[in-house]
Amino acid sequence: MTQAKAGIRIENLHLAFGATKVLEGIDMVIEPGEFFAFLGPSGSGKSTLLRAIAGFGPTPRGRILIGGRDIADLPPWKRDVGMVFQSYALWPHMSVRRNVAFGLEERRLPARQIAPRVEAALDTVGLSHLADRMPAQLSGGQQQRVALARTIAIEPQVLLLDEPLSNLDAALRVQMRRELLALQRKLGLTTIFVTHDQEEANTTSDRMAVLDRGVIQQVGTPQQLYDRPANAFVAGFLGTANILQGAMQGGDFVTAAGQRLPVAAPVAGASRIVLRPQNIRLAASGGDIPGKVAHREFLGSQIRYLVETADGQIIVDTLHATGAPPFDPGAPVSLSIDSRSAPLLAD
Amino acid sequence: MIDRTRAAGVVRVVPNPDGDFMQDSSHLQTGRRGFTLFPRLSGAAAAGILIAIFLMAFLVLPVAQVIYVAFLDARSGAFTLQNFQDFFNTTLFRESFVNSFYVSAMSVVVATAIALPLAYITTRFNFAGTAAIQALGIIPLIMPPFVGAVAMSLLFGRNGSINLLLNQYLGFRIPFMEGLNGVILVQSIHYFPFILINLSASLRNIDRSMEEAAQNLGSHGMRMFRRIVFPLAMPGYLAGAALVFIKVFDDLGTPLLLNVNNMLAPQAYLRITGVGINDPMGYVISFILVAFSVFSLWASFLFMRGKDYATVQKGGGGLSRRDLKPREKLLAWAVILFILALVLSPHVGLLLLAFGTIWSFAPLPDGFTVQHFATIFTQSSQYVWNTLIYAGSAAVIDVVLGVGIAYIVIRTGLPGRKWLDYMATAALAVPGVVLGIGYLRMFHGIQLPFGLGQMSSFWGIIIVALAVRRLPYALRACMAALQQVSLSLEEAAESLGASRASTIRRIVVPLMAGGILAGFVTSFATAAVELSATIMLVGRSSDAPLAYGIYLYMQSPAGRGPGAALGILAVVIVALGTYLSQRIIERERRRQTMNGEPR
Repeated sequence: MTQAKAGIRIENLHLAFGATKVLEGIDMVIEPGEFFAFLGPSGSGKSTLLRAIAGFGPTPRGRILIGGRDIADLPPWKRDVGMVFQSYALWPHMSVRRNVAFGLEERRLPARQIAPRVEAALDTVGLSHLADRMPAQLSGGQQQRVALARTIAIEPQVLLLDEPLSNLDAALRVQMRRELLALQRKLGLTTIFVTHDQEEANTTSDRMAVLDRGVIQQVGTPQQLYDRPANAFVAGFLGTANILQGAMQGGDFVTAAGQRLPVAAPVAGASRIVLRPQNIRLAASGGDIPGKVAHREFLGSQIRYLVETADGQIIVDTLHATGAPPFDPGAPVSLSIDSRSAPLLAD
Repeated sequence: MIDRTRAAGVVRVVPNPDGDFMQDSSHLQTGRRGFTLFPRLSGAAAAGILIAIFLMAFLVLPVAQVIYVAFLDARSGAFTLQNFQDFFNTTLFRESFVNSFYVSAMSVVVATAIALPLAYITTRFNFAGTAAIQALGIIPLIMPPFVGAVAMSLLFGRNGSINLLLNQYLGFRIPFMEGLNGVILVQSIHYFPFILINLSASLRNIDRSMEEAAQNLGSHGMRMFRRIVFPLAMPGYLAGAALVFIKVFDDLGTPLLLNVNNMLAPQAYLRITGVGINDPMGYVISFILVAFSVFSLWASFLFMRGKDYATVQKGGGGLSRRDLKPREKLLAWAVILFILALVLSPHVGLLLLAFGTIWSFAPLPDGFTVQHFATIFTQSSQYVWNTLIYAGSAAVIDVVLGVGIAYIVIRTGLPGRKWLDYMATAALAVPGVVLGIGYLRMFHGIQLPFGLGQMSSFWGIIIVALAVRRLPYALRACMAALQQVSLSLEEAAESLGASRASTIRRIVVPLMAGGILAGFVTSFATAAVELSATIMLVGRSSDAPLAYGIYLYMQSPAGRGPGAALGILAVVIVALGTYLSQRIIERERRRQTMNGEPR
């Protein structure tokens, strides 16, 4: 199964449910063959955007181009985008084989072409042996694969995955996301993956878009977004961040409490600095910023301290080695901050 | 496991909205079983045995006896299939058999024709008339079909209002009420809500992603409806259709009042009351009625096994709806108003009849009067009193048995406890005529002490018959109520030192009160208009309940007025009961959600 790779271009897309604006001015380009994630909290509009691409929900304003063709006015059944639903949406009255054959039958393919393609799709997801089962007889992971097979059987231009892993248990989720990625690479299918789980987005996607309140906050590779967040929302949503207020002074960032933090690339007008917990070292003394341990959480590989400082509470992660943690709540500590590569925010 | 169908059908229609309260509760029992096995068993076992004896004596044995007699030679008492051969060799019986089948099947068809557009409109479109459609689903049920039957003849009969007008202006008549047509019309108007409610529920239970997935893969319109939506709604439709079929097949009152005697249930009644208690034909017919009921339920169960298609996901919420275009809206209202007129016609007819002076060969009565009500209150008030006593006592018996069975089934580990549930619920598959014949056969020789006369003609047996017939309704209500009482509430009482009996009395029953009350009201309201079993058992007119009174009055043209007045009373009782139990259930549900009690 090889598909012609098609890119997606979205231009100035607006969408509202009545008076509530759900998507505002969405512009993005998804390259052919790319594995692209929409990441955001619930209510951010990421699923709505995906559904708009598939043609579900209220009609948006703006343009959606797939392979250069504007599909915004086409009904869902003419768009040729394959969607895997969060609930899988397998039809319970049809066998696995019938489910997978459905889209091909709707395309009025002759039966002799349908059978091998169904077989191939099921083979791709490794479920050929369960073709005659009913969906209710399958496990969650198997149902997920059937849903996937059903979608790729029609060889769509674009594959849309709506929180595909959210109904699986934790262990299976990790396995399925690797399988999904492998499958996507094999088929070379332009894929959009909607998730609220940053780990899922980070581990699978080539690039991703972070959405909040119907607006794209930033688009880039997972690493770009983590290292160079465009704003406080992205910084806070991807990983844990200490965001300190302050201002630029002579090439350094100076916090509200007067702590001078040297930065490698000064940003004029920056008012906030993003400090990642793992970039701060904790010692009994000898650091730059004095503080006091307010709270301690044991996270397994790490120990997370909340340290009270003049700039407010700062989260510090330290690697855990066997034995008792070195600092107890109440203990006076000193922080040394590696601020040279820390992102600065101007907003 | 016939009860699944019923949970989906009957109980949902009569005021118990939850179809899914039969959920497995075994995990509740297993946890408690180990350490309280012995002290519990004695009390519960005693209650269970008493209930089992009651059900055996008044449900299982009478019905078994009827079936048994169907296979006996009337004179020699030897086993024989001769009765069945005689049955099928008699033209009248063959005709009755075919007619019953035809009427039931056609009623399903007509009821489907009424229910399908209504279900479709409410579930597929944003439509302002949804409330009207919901009302349509209840209005027919508050009037027993036989009550409206005569009124329907006066509206739709050969010389009824509609045909008089048709003939006068258009020069033709439509044989709405001729022979079997009348039965089909009256029954389908009465029973279509069973299909409407089940079909709407299963349409609502289809998650919208089912449709979206189909659209995504290239399907749409009628083709998608046929391939995805309709098959998914099929189980609900069949559950409703099977119920309508059985109800119509078993019904005695409507054909009797429409004077259609060449059907099975009327034949059974006429043979037993006319030819005598020893005539085997009545038993053969009874056997056929029971066999058909069981077969239909079994077949629909077989078909639906493993087809629980409720696919609604969290945050899902049914099929996607769209707004109607103005033309479509007009059409939708036209359909609904037409059906509303049809559904209200027995009610309107009954009102006209009850308040009219003389109504014959005219579209409307000659004048209006309240004389008929005066007549029934002066001459026939015993019907009303008898009904209140019979239906009230039957409902009390039902909730006592219902609470007992529910508790034993859900909260104890008593061996065979499920059989109490099965037995009680099996009453649904037993036509009233058959139960009546069974009682006559079993109890006719038994002389009661204290000058109460023969047991089979003693009025108390009517109460028992009503109680057995309506027990499934009360039982479902009690089961639902008990399942909503969190086990931890009982455990809290026990840990504070309350004995088992005291816990039941002070915690369980008060918490079940709403459900018990709803069960009581449902049993009462439906027992008050029961005709098919009581008609066999009424010994003398002074012992007769309302339904029988209506039947007697309706026999003569002069009695129609008072009969209709009695009918109005019956409708008021059922309507009030339905309204009350709905209110109680609503209130209970609000209370439950307010307290955030686990369901």
